[in-house]
Amino acid sequence: MNYLMRRLATFPLVLLGVSILVFVAIRMVPGDSITAMLGTEAGLLTPAQRDSLAAYFGIDQPWFVQYWRWIGGILHGNLGISVTYGRPVLDVILERFPLTLELAILSMIIALAVGMPAGIFAATHNEKLSDLGVRIVAMIGQSTPSFVLGLLIIYTLSAGFGVLPAMGEFAPLWQDPLRNLSQLILPAITLGFAFAASVTRISRSAMLDVLSDDYVRTARSKGASARSVIWRHALPNALIPVVTLSGIEFGYLLGGAVIVEQIYALPGLGRMVLDAIQQRDYALVQGSVLFIAFNFMIVNLLVDLAYVALDPRIRLGEQ
Amino acid sequence: MTPLLSVSDLRVGFGRNPQANEVVRGVSFDLADGETLAIVGESGSGKSVTALSINRLIDFGGGRITGGAIKLKLADGSLFDLMTASEPQLTGIRGAEIGMIFQEPMTSLNPVLTIGRQIEESFQLHRGLTGRQATAAARDALDRVRIPDAARRLKYTPNQLSGGMLQRVMIAIALACNPRLLIADEPTTALDVTVQAQIMALLAELKRETGMSMIFITHDIGLVAGIADKVMVMQNGQAVEQGELNQILDNPQHPYTQHLLHAVPHFANGSATRSDGRRDKGASTEPALKVDGLVVRFPLKSSFFSRATGAVHAVDGVDFDLMPGETLAIVGESGSGKSTTARAVLGLVRSTRGSFSVGVRKASAEQSALPVQMVFQNPYASLNPRLSIESILAEPVIATGGRVKAETRARMVSLLERVGLPKNSLERYPHEFSGGQRQRLCIARALMLNPSVVVLDEAVSALDVSVQAKVLELLVDLQREFGLAYLFISHDMAVVERIAHRIAVIYAGQIVEIGDATSVLSKPKHSYTKKLIAAVPTIDRRHEHFELDTRQVPSLVRPQGFEPAPARWEQFGPDHRARAEA
Repeated sequence: MNYLMRRLATFPLVLLGVSILVFVAIRMVPGDSITAMLGTEAGLLTPAQRDSLAAYFGIDQPWFVQYWRWIGGILHGNLGISVTYGRPVLDVILERFPLTLELAILSMIIALAVGMPAGIFAATHNEKLSDLGVRIVAMIGQSTPSFVLGLLIIYTLSAGFGVLPAMGEFAPLWQDPLRNLSQLILPAITLGFAFAASVTRISRSAMLDVLSDDYVRTARSKGASARSVIWRHALPNALIPVVTLSGIEFGYLLGGAVIVEQIYALPGLGRMVLDAIQQRDYALVQGSVLFIAFNFMIVNLLVDLAYVALDPRIRLGEQ
Repeated sequence: MTPLLSVSDLRVGFGRNPQANEVVRGVSFDLADGETLAIVGESGSGKSVTALSINRLIDFGGGRITGGAIKLKLADGSLFDLMTASEPQLTGIRGAEIGMIFQEPMTSLNPVLTIGRQIEESFQLHRGLTGRQATAAARDALDRVRIPDAARRLKYTPNQLSGGMLQRVMIAIALACNPRLLIADEPTTALDVTVQAQIMALLAELKRETGMSMIFITHDIGLVAGIADKVMVMQNGQAVEQGELNQILDNPQHPYTQHLLHAVPHFANGSATRSDGRRDKGASTEPALKVDGLVVRFPLKSSFFSRATGAVHAVDGVDFDLMPGETLAIVGESGSGKSTTARAVLGLVRSTRGSFSVGVRKASAEQSALPVQMVFQNPYASLNPRLSIESILAEPVIATGGRVKAETRARMVSLLERVGLPKNSLERYPHEFSGGQRQRLCIARALMLNPSVVVLDEAVSALDVSVQAKVLELLVDLQREFGLAYLFISHDMAVVERIAHRIAVIYAGQIVEIGDATSVLSKPKHSYTKKLIAAVPTIDRRHEHFELDTRQVPSLVRPQGFEPAPARWEQFGPDHRARAEA
């Protein structure tokens, strides 16, 4: 508990660092909100018009004043107003986030459900033909770009079976679960395939390590069956690297999956951030990067807590 | 009468072509009910592979049994063929009829499961016990191996118990279902001598209680003397000699058995110490190393931001001096602070207090700036596998700001020759050398800078007995030749007797007895020294029984600002004093 409080206390510090980084980085990109909005017509503005627009967007002040205003707003729970949407940044993010979160969770479920059994199978059939097969598929999975796989899935389904992925208006899970799932299952498979490939590889190598450990030999000397050796003795010890990898991948997915969102026309966080950068929607870019960083920290914390649950030797916060 | 276990012409191979890579080549033996067979041999002799073949665990270790027969007599008198049995049949035998304990208790138990669950598993597998019944059975099993407070200990995970305790848990697991055969594969090699004595006593008692048979695998003939009925000596995968214990020990026939018996350093109560000590000849040189009131403490903090709440007093006020050409052995159990003392002298650990001065040897003009060097315990882990021997030997020179010149290379060649390695070693890599050769390399590396003091931290403990004897010989020769002072850290009293001029016994971070080797070993004064010496297994004392002693080493954690009471010393003879006991 003590550890948890201390860990949470570090969050504001990290977010402060991230905020400065993103604030500076987005302003290093040439152009500003006015040119992004008006395009070439921005050149037709009179200096007075330009000044009043700049004042409207708040970009007439020196950068540190802008930063100070922004941070002050955040402390009051206000991430600012998105220029492109004309709505509070937090509202825009929270509208997109459920889809991204659901997609990340679905992909992880697929990855773990497929990857771990495949990895365990390969490890227990080490150096046999079936192991080689699993390893080749995993290699393909890791090296196939998601747009290739996504397009391949759409093409196969439509050309081969006449089925089209459910497009159109996105239906949130709580409104229409069936339609929601039919919209998300293909993107989740696309993302989950590469994810599963990584999980397969890491659980295979972790299992191989563990299976040659002394306590596995002890378990066998007790008369434990092959199944009990794998599931009861080896697997719990092999989970740490799998949890580490899954945490990192899951954290990335929470930042949105631009390409897959694009292919399946999904309104997720990834596309939103990309658009915001192109539109020089400073408030939205800054707000979403902070939001993504915060999520990543939460995921990391959960991963660390999972370590403690998995391995009694790990004690958090001890020197 | 049919024997309990009968092994005939056992052959075991490894790799893709097991017939060509045989590690066990035609081993046969019989084991009667209630009998104990000791299999003795050096590493690579095939003794462990033989043991693992009996319950067919070798199948999981990359080995394949290529020939022979292994037959086990079951309770109803029928013979069970372990060679042709299917895996499900074998899982019914393992744990129920054949129990096994291993060398490393620290790694042989599953780190993520409580020891209670690991013991219960045996009862579940072979007795069908679950829930409360299994827990009760596990508690009884812990009681049986004399673990105090068993009910509470069931909830511990292995990291919360000491090595000796864990080995008892292993024994509890192996004996849970009263197997009629226990295979013990070097069960005490990783343990301290006093703990080893306890485990051996426990095994002897349990054997009397249950009447089980035992196969005891070891490299230490002295150890089997107390427990075995029969001995089988293995070399290169073959049994070169087997017979009754007394016959093998007193009248060995095969030259290899004779060699083994000769090479094992027998502890002789101080009558085999070296006689070339400098002190008694009244030579008054400056000490090569003088340590004064050395204190090493590791502060304990309850959390990152808070202040220290106490400290581990790893070394608490140690003084000694070391003359050129002299060996001071520091003996003690793990956790006593002997390695920390050595590391502090080298500056690898920061000392909290105390001073040490290193006297520069006058004899040689090229004395380097770093007169203390170290040789570590594990020759496999202390040489960088990616560096050639030349780079490894150049490392100390480079690290002290020197450059590799023609003389440096000449020194490498002469040192390699001096430690007995082939001339072409420079271009080779560590993996091309055996354990003994690697330790010679480590010694050559330590000598590159022409040090006056060499710290040898368990430097021969990882080596086979015959290799060990040769490395010890080399160390003594080098000491005479270069006038080196050795700080020899060891837990092995027999080895210490061979090399030490003086001995310091360290217990709970403090020297409890120090003096010349003969005097300390033959007339120990402190109760801890006596206990250490009594625990050394010897062939001469083979008929003595060890008492079970379950006392634990006291905790070294002290509250903040704690200072130990100043030592009161009692003098026994010119160079022998011991701490007065309360």
